[in-house]
Amino acid sequence: MRLMVFVAIALTMLVADLKFRYLEVMRQSLSVILYPVEMAAATPADLVRNASTYFATLAKVQKENAALRDERLRVGERLVQFEQMSRENTELRGLLGMAQRLEAHSVAAQVLYAARDPFSRKVILDRGASHGVGAGQAVVDATGVIGQVSRVYPIQSEVTLLTDKDQAIPVTVARNGLRGAVFGAGRGQLELRFLPANADVQPGDELLTSGLDGLYLPGLPVARVVRVERDSQAFARILCVPAGGVESSMRVLVLSRAEPLPPMPDPADALPIAPSGKTRDAKSATGDTASSEAKASE
Amino acid sequence: MQPTNRSRRILQPVKLWFVYLSLCFALVLDLVPTGRLPGVPDWLALVLAFWCVREPLRVGMGTGFLFGLLVDVGHGAAMGQHALAYVLLAYGANALSRRVLWFPPAEQALHILPLLLFTQVLMVLVRLVAGAEFPGWWYFVGTFTGTLLWVPLHFLLLLPQYRPADRDDNRPI
Repeated sequence: MRLMVFVAIALTMLVADLKFRYLEVMRQSLSVILYPVEMAAATPADLVRNASTYFATLAKVQKENAALRDERLRVGERLVQFEQMSRENTELRGLLGMAQRLEAHSVAAQVLYAARDPFSRKVILDRGASHGVGAGQAVVDATGVIGQVSRVYPIQSEVTLLTDKDQAIPVTVARNGLRGAVFGAGRGQLELRFLPANADVQPGDELLTSGLDGLYLPGLPVARVVRVERDSQAFARILCVPAGGVESSMRVLVLSRAEPLPPMPDPADALPIAPSGKTRDAKSATGDTASSEAKASE
Repeated sequence: MQPTNRSRRILQPVKLWFVYLSLCFALVLDLVPTGRLPGVPDWLALVLAFWCVREPLRVGMGTGFLFGLLVDVGHGAAMGQHALAYVLLAYGANALSRRVLWFPPAEQALHILPLLLFTQVLMVLVRLVAGAEFPGWWYFVGTFTGTLLWVPLHFLLLLPQYRPADRDDNRPI
């Protein structure tokens, strides 16, 4: 009898959490209680990490230092170019009367460890709500997007990696601007889904964020296409590998838009059979977002 | 109570605070970030199964549910996943208690193995139904290392009860 009660409660909680996400408040409050326990548990892992860096050989550090100096020179040259081009871009945009590019707000963070849940691909960062990290923000490393912040705790946050099953990110193909969405396919791979079998995608194509979702900044590298299969059904099966070190990078940036997008239009207002006053409002509202989206994707 | 039902030795009664202390310690061990290291046992399931077998009247499904929820939050798993598994584990261990206590610790471990395996299979099923990725076969290795740890755990967790009833100042423990 008691078994039935407990099983029923647990099953209800499972459905409420997995289907409807009702239990976030409970999770947050329990995580506050658990926080000191987690800190205590993380201590041995920190010790191991610190010990391994302590015993790294001098030669290795020197080699790494040299490599970093080389890279700094190379990047410095590109930075000069970039500054010049960004000045030029500002001037040209001013001449054309276009809106300025979106400003990014970034927080540097370190990956503490992989989350212990073996059913998903998530990592924990050492920055949280108190450092300005918010749920839904993009996480990038030096070479590309690696994931998205899925839960925020006071001084830590949980990032769902791109390779997590069914984690989605809207992208464009860099070569021709074709829009699509990349999903985690499991086993560390990504898949560009829902493109017709005759879509113009080739192995080697770079995929960039499109920014149409209002969360990611446009133009960040996401993945590279490795294989395109067009034989089976209406949709092409396009496999990609992530551009960033999704499973390996330790130092990351949490990126967000400095200013939020204008609110989405209410789909109910956009119906053509709505009263005349309402339709006019809806039209102007959709027009606004369409233009802002156009700006975002430029 | 004896170490096993065939033993002639009489143990001290268990202290409830020690039961909960060991469960909390297992919870801390469970939250140690080991990443994707294969073969790390589910410490809490092991300690919970131990106390459910030893003290079926005091430790049971309620304890399992509570600690299961804490593990769910700590691991970032689905709420209720470990709670469900631990409730059924506690039920099974309570039910096995009368039988298992007649065996020496090594043979007790053989009875616990299917129980632990069942909790893991249950969690995999729950998450697969919810649309998660199959974690790979190494996920189940943790159960077998946990089973191997049953004998040392049996000794360690009964240590406080091995103390003699009358305190002797000349004994170290």
